[in-house]
Amino acid sequence: MHTADHLVHPAEVPGNLVAPGADPILRATSIEKYFGDNHVLRGASMTVWPKETIAILGRSGSGKSTFLRCLNFLEEPSAGVVDIDGFAVEASPFASRSREHREHVRRLRMNASMVFQEFNLFPHLSVIGNLTEAPVHVKGVSVKEATERGEMYLEKVGLIEKRDEYPARLSGGQRQRVAIARALTMEPKVLLFDEPTSALDPSLVGEVITVMESLAHEGRTMIVVTHEMQFAREAADRVYYMDQGVFAEIGIPERVIDNPQDPRTQAFLARFLGTSAG
Amino acid sequence: MSLTPGALSADGTVPNLGARLRAHEQRQTVRWRTQFVVTWMAILTALTIFIVVFVGLDETLITKYFWYIVGGGIGFTIFVAVCSITLAICFATFGALGRLSRNPVLNGVASFYVSLVRGTPLLLQVLFIYLALPQLGIVLPELLCGILALGFNYGAYMTEVFRAGIQAVPLGQTEAANSLGMTSQTTFRRIILPQAFRIVLPAIGNDFIAMLKDSSLISVIGVQELLWRAKLIGTKEFAAIQTLLIAAAVYWVMTIAFSYIQSRLERRMAQGDRAVAR
Repeated sequence: MHTADHLVHPAEVPGNLVAPGADPILRATSIEKYFGDNHVLRGASMTVWPKETIAILGRSGSGKSTFLRCLNFLEEPSAGVVDIDGFAVEASPFASRSREHREHVRRLRMNASMVFQEFNLFPHLSVIGNLTEAPVHVKGVSVKEATERGEMYLEKVGLIEKRDEYPARLSGGQRQRVAIARALTMEPKVLLFDEPTSALDPSLVGEVITVMESLAHEGRTMIVVTHEMQFAREAADRVYYMDQGVFAEIGIPERVIDNPQDPRTQAFLARFLGTSAG
Repeated sequence: MSLTPGALSADGTVPNLGARLRAHEQRQTVRWRTQFVVTWMAILTALTIFIVVFVGLDETLITKYFWYIVGGGIGFTIFVAVCSITLAICFATFGALGRLSRNPVLNGVASFYVSLVRGTPLLLQVLFIYLALPQLGIVLPELLCGILALGFNYGAYMTEVFRAGIQAVPLGQTEAANSLGMTSQTTFRRIILPQAFRIVLPAIGNDFIAMLKDSSLISVIGVQELLWRAKLIGTKEFAAIQTLLIAAAVYWVMTIAFSYIQSRLERRMAQGDRAVAR
């Protein structure tokens, strides 16, 4: 049932930033993942166009975080292909350690930076050090240029005054904003967010959501695993609802969240929002 | 502390309670420290009197040989300990990498090294390098033999410490570095190693302090360190009690000095960015 919606070019959806006729920037095809005998992902696919913001919803244990981590091969998928900006990497579970495969994965990752639930800032580096580390040591950018770029992104997340602090001295919300800035410094084609507000004190969620919304509005391509229904409704262009390792329903938030068709989505939302959905 | 009734302030609370509690705590701390120091002094004085009365301090002997034993001994001992600990750190870094390697051969070599060295006495290893190698046509100067043996031995113990230190760096650090496109080498060198080093620094300090004393073992192969000198003069002048006591005092004072330096170093690091942010 979702296939029809899937095939509508997002540029035809009113208010969408996607340019007419644009090609997808990310295509994940038939991703499967086993953890031992546990078949976590059972052939999940996703197509994302440039400037889209995608929210992945689903109950815990449905496989949504695993799917996101498969997109940049932090988890090696057991099967499937991920194509970002025309560079495709196929799951290679039997030769995942080969030099060639690891190099391909690395190239893929440079176009898909991840923002983690637990921030994972580098505690031995200052804020600006966190932001210059990868551009300097991965892309070979000069320290001066990397610093300027880092400062620009710090401004964007509103933390330029914390430039020389160490992560331990920042609040959770500030840490996550620095982590977002760090992901931006690699200028990836796609930003991946893995429950970016779940580890935060409720009073600090807002500042992170605000930054993410402004990124969505300026046309960054983002894929966000989240429980923040408000964010999904207001900032996402399309919502993917995952259930037991497959996407059960895909569509614009007005439909998936406010008028879900699939009984699994309906059950999830009814519980989540405390209202009868559909 | 009893509170006299009727002494309450206008708002019904006990007047000055906070300040009085603080003063009380301070008095207790001061009293504890005084008693602690006095205990040390008492034991030390008793020990000194015992030695002076029952052994007697031969002043001419001490003035004649003091600088030979103490001056030269300290120099040799610290030199040996510094060289050996440096060597041990190198062995331990590669050892830990081997123990963490997925490569069965590298892992096998490293675990064999650790097992063999930890399974045999240090004294035997010292003698082996000094006495057994010449049988194979390898003759090395005593000092080099001693440093090699100590470094080789401590390297094995420190391998396990380093391995634990590397594993203590959260997995999220590797994931963050990887998703920024860093190769595994860059990740290890720039992200993991600096953090692991901070974690194992106290252990290195401990090992160094232990090494100061274990370096006395290489006196058996004729390295002219502190104990060797004390033994030589003690035998020659038939005053082993005096010279050994001098050596003991010197070892002790060195240990106290380095323990102090270590605690300062650790305190300084604890103040900085050590509080790990995730």
